[in-house]
Amino acid sequence: MKTRFHIGKYWLYVPLVLMAVFYLLPLYVMIITGFKEFSEIDLKTMWNLPHGIAFDNYIEAYSKLAPSLWNSFAMVIPAAVISSALGSLNGYVLAKWKFRGADVIFPFILFGMFIPYQSILIPLVQFMNLVGIKGLPGLALAHIIYGIPITTLTFRNYYASLPQELLEAAKIDGADMLGIYRHILLPISMPSFVVVLIWQFTSAWNDFLFAVVLTGNTDWPITVALNNMAGSQIISWNVQMAGSLLAALPTLLVYIFLGRYFLRGLLAGSLKG
Amino acid sequence: MFRDKDRFLNVLLISPSILAVLIFIYAFIAWSVRVSLSKWKGLSADYTWNGLNNYFDLFADPRFQIDIRNTLIFTGVFVLGSILLGFILAVMLDQGLKGEAFFRSLFLFPMAISYIVTGVVWRWLMNPASGTRTSGLNLLFNNIGLDFLANQWHTTPTLGIAAIALAAIWQMSGYTMALYLAGLRAIPEELKEAARIDGATELQIYRHIMLPLLAPVTLSALIILGHMSLKVFDLIVAIAGKQLPLDVPAIYMWQITFDGLFYGRGAAVGILLLISIAVLIIPYIRYTLKTEAEQ
Amino acid sequence: MNKKLFALLSILVVAAFAITACGGAATEAPAATEAPAMGESVEVFSWWTGGGEAAGLEAMQGVFAGSNPEIEFVNAAVAGGAGTNARAVLATRLQAGDPPDSWQGHAGQELIGTYVAGGQIEPLNDLYESEGWLAVMPETLIPLISNDGNIYSVPVNIHRANVLWYNPSVLTANNLAVPTTMDEWFAAMDTLKAAGVQPLAVGEQWTKMHLFETVLLGSLGSDAYNGLWDGSTDWASADVKAALDNYAKVLTYANSDSSSLSWQDAAQLVINGDAAFNVMGDWAEGYFRELGKAPNTDYGWAATPGSGGVFQFLSDSFVLAVGAPHPDAATAWLKVAGSKAGQEAFNPVKGSICARTDCDPALFGVYLQSAMSDWSSNIVVGSLTHGVVANDSWKTEIDTALGLFIADSNVEGFQTALAAACASSGPCK
Repeated sequence: MKTRFHIGKYWLYVPLVLMAVFYLLPLYVMIITGFKEFSEIDLKTMWNLPHGIAFDNYIEAYSKLAPSLWNSFAMVIPAAVISSALGSLNGYVLAKWKFRGADVIFPFILFGMFIPYQSILIPLVQFMNLVGIKGLPGLALAHIIYGIPITTLTFRNYYASLPQELLEAAKIDGADMLGIYRHILLPISMPSFVVVLIWQFTSAWNDFLFAVVLTGNTDWPITVALNNMAGSQIISWNVQMAGSLLAALPTLLVYIFLGRYFLRGLLAGSLKG
Repeated sequence: MFRDKDRFLNVLLISPSILAVLIFIYAFIAWSVRVSLSKWKGLSADYTWNGLNNYFDLFADPRFQIDIRNTLIFTGVFVLGSILLGFILAVMLDQGLKGEAFFRSLFLFPMAISYIVTGVVWRWLMNPASGTRTSGLNLLFNNIGLDFLANQWHTTPTLGIAAIALAAIWQMSGYTMALYLAGLRAIPEELKEAARIDGATELQIYRHIMLPLLAPVTLSALIILGHMSLKVFDLIVAIAGKQLPLDVPAIYMWQITFDGLFYGRGAAVGILLLISIAVLIIPYIRYTLKTEAEQ
Repeated sequence: MNKKLFALLSILVVAAFAITACGGAATEAPAATEAPAMGESVEVFSWWTGGGEAAGLEAMQGVFAGSNPEIEFVNAAVAGGAGTNARAVLATRLQAGDPPDSWQGHAGQELIGTYVAGGQIEPLNDLYESEGWLAVMPETLIPLISNDGNIYSVPVNIHRANVLWYNPSVLTANNLAVPTTMDEWFAAMDTLKAAGVQPLAVGEQWTKMHLFETVLLGSLGSDAYNGLWDGSTDWASADVKAALDNYAKVLTYANSDSSSLSWQDAAQLVINGDAAFNVMGDWAEGYFRELGKAPNTDYGWAATPGSGGVFQFLSDSFVLAVGAPHPDAATAWLKVAGSKAGQEAFNPVKGSICARTDCDPALFGVYLQSAMSDWSSNIVVGSLTHGVVANDSWKTEIDTALGLFIADSNVEGFQTALAAACASSGPCK
């Protein structure tokens, strides 16, 4: 019984490795093409390894994309930080200081997580025009606000899981609402902050739709710049692939080093804390 | 006194967010509805009342019918594919093999990449050229003797959108795997043990015990992936640009509004998308909050 | 006390969030855009990002830098054939009240129907007078870029849309002459097909619209073609039906992977001998030269079948934005764009001919010299795909009808949709 079971188990490596190949295939092409020299670019040999390692493509891609990369950072970091802070405060109130109507408001905030942005795109552009918020700050603002639902949800679920006694004890000690948040909840909220920051960082970094309607040429984030670079034929494939890797690198690094938290952010996205 | 101050404070803390959500989500939706009921066509705003004519025009538009057909095909292939693949991967990883963490990370990493990057790479992989110009996956298939797999990818008539769904499955199946893996881990070992003692095979255990217990996970996955597929936009733009055979409502909205300047009709597409997503999502939110309250 | 202080701080933090969320961004934005308002820069928006187009812009930028060394030239170029992406981005910026100083626009209905009607661009009559341009620009061009007597843009070049590119050695190998009528073209493509050669290379959807307008012209002739756009030719007529049948037949000779190819990919198939014919505007010539190919040996050209003696033109022109952040710098840019030096720098590189009639032919290659002589002698009609004859809304409706037709090959449905488009966004009633 036991031996049979073990053989059965080892067979599983065959489909698993095949699947791993499927998942790595695009990454493989992206990386090897990025390292190929211009003379090596030939559709016939696109699956072959490069003869040597050439960094020229990365240098060229970086020189073309650098401003956009920095635009992305300048937009994504405030978007993630502010949105997370707001979510934490909202989650605290909604989980522990329910006011009348809190249970009605929460589902309305949640719904905002799922709306198709096409349904608010025209007013968004008109509104930004009306109040005069342009370019990157406008894009950051959009990401802050449309991030509120998911950050609120994550913190609300986390704070709801904490025992009420924790708060009661502090209340008896004379702490008020903000004191409890500051001294009791904030110190133990760091993992949730990491989850939410990563989630917001990734989704704002990867966004295309808001970026393409809210930013002009000088403040494009990386996704728009990359799409436009890929659309212009004069830039060869190896540079495009190098550029793709540059665009994917920040979120990939976050994923590699903070993958556990990323996973928790994903699961929060399905409403399960 | 102390309590009143807290009551005031908690509302104060949350009100900026509520205000923002109220304006940027609900007021904007109302605004979009208003635009969708107007004759606005051209660069300057025109709120002349037009009744439901933009909606009637849409349903009479054969292009919108293609959009609906494409969305259905995409949703079917993408949701079923991601759920099946995700479930199989989760079950395989649930066997306690060495290297589980490695495989898990590997299957999940595409989630961290933007659709634009995915699209740029997959456009190259799914090159439909044949003969001497063969490249991408078709070339790989030829090289390893699997010629019969070579196909026209997204340029296949009618079903081309399914090729886009393949790229989307590549990106999102890790997500369903993670959902199922979490679900499987939450099932108590004793349940499986008890069934084994009763002589059930592993397959029967999955079929009769695990699967029913995983139903809520499947529901979550269906809803989340389903609403994503209604919104698909970046991936198609990056792989194929704006071409009618691969048109979906999100691209139609974008093109009719920003290229054709039909603002009224563009807003109508946005509102129809919103309604179809609301039909999925509102019962789901109610269900989730209800089960949570019961626990 | 301490706690009260903390409470106060917390409120301040929340208030700060609220301000950052609502107002902070608002105060940053003007600071960013106003910095260059002293007039040291001019932002010029175009969709010239690749090939001879980008190189041409760079050359004209060089002339601009020579005469205006104190003004920084900000090249805001967005990729996408025929500016499909770029115009969407531009519309958004105009909506947002954030216009570039000057942008590229196709002379004709695209400019007039969209930007003049929307009050987005300034009349330039004074500039035309002070620079003496009326005397050096072609007469036929001025009415197309004017509305109610006001001239709205500075054309820098003339392009020809109805050009049939072919691979001379492929034609020679199959004993074929260059076709001059639709029937000759079909016969030639039948021969090529039988010989196992790809007869026609086509790219993504907009290149099919480009092909469509040349087939309409070649089938209907210049008078009836012009009538399509002013309402005097009936879209539902039998003549138009015959033209659509021709178009349907032309598409049967095209490559099956067309929708995955850009116009450059498709043009390259002809250069590489993978296909015999390609219909594309004459900017393709700039691309061929960039690839190091030689005219008449590596590629040949002719008017598209049925359109001999007709010049289907389009013109890139630059405008002055209403509310331009730097109007003086923008005017300086427009002066260069309309000058002999500017156009002589731009056009030979871009692969187009001057809009001015006094450019030196010696600066141009073999193809462009032939285009210059055609421009002065041929009947002139406007291009659909490139914004001369139809406004944006009409063009989008035609594009949708065309896309549906490519998917279902239903000529009757196509004709009905085209007639409906003319009624809803064109002059037909």
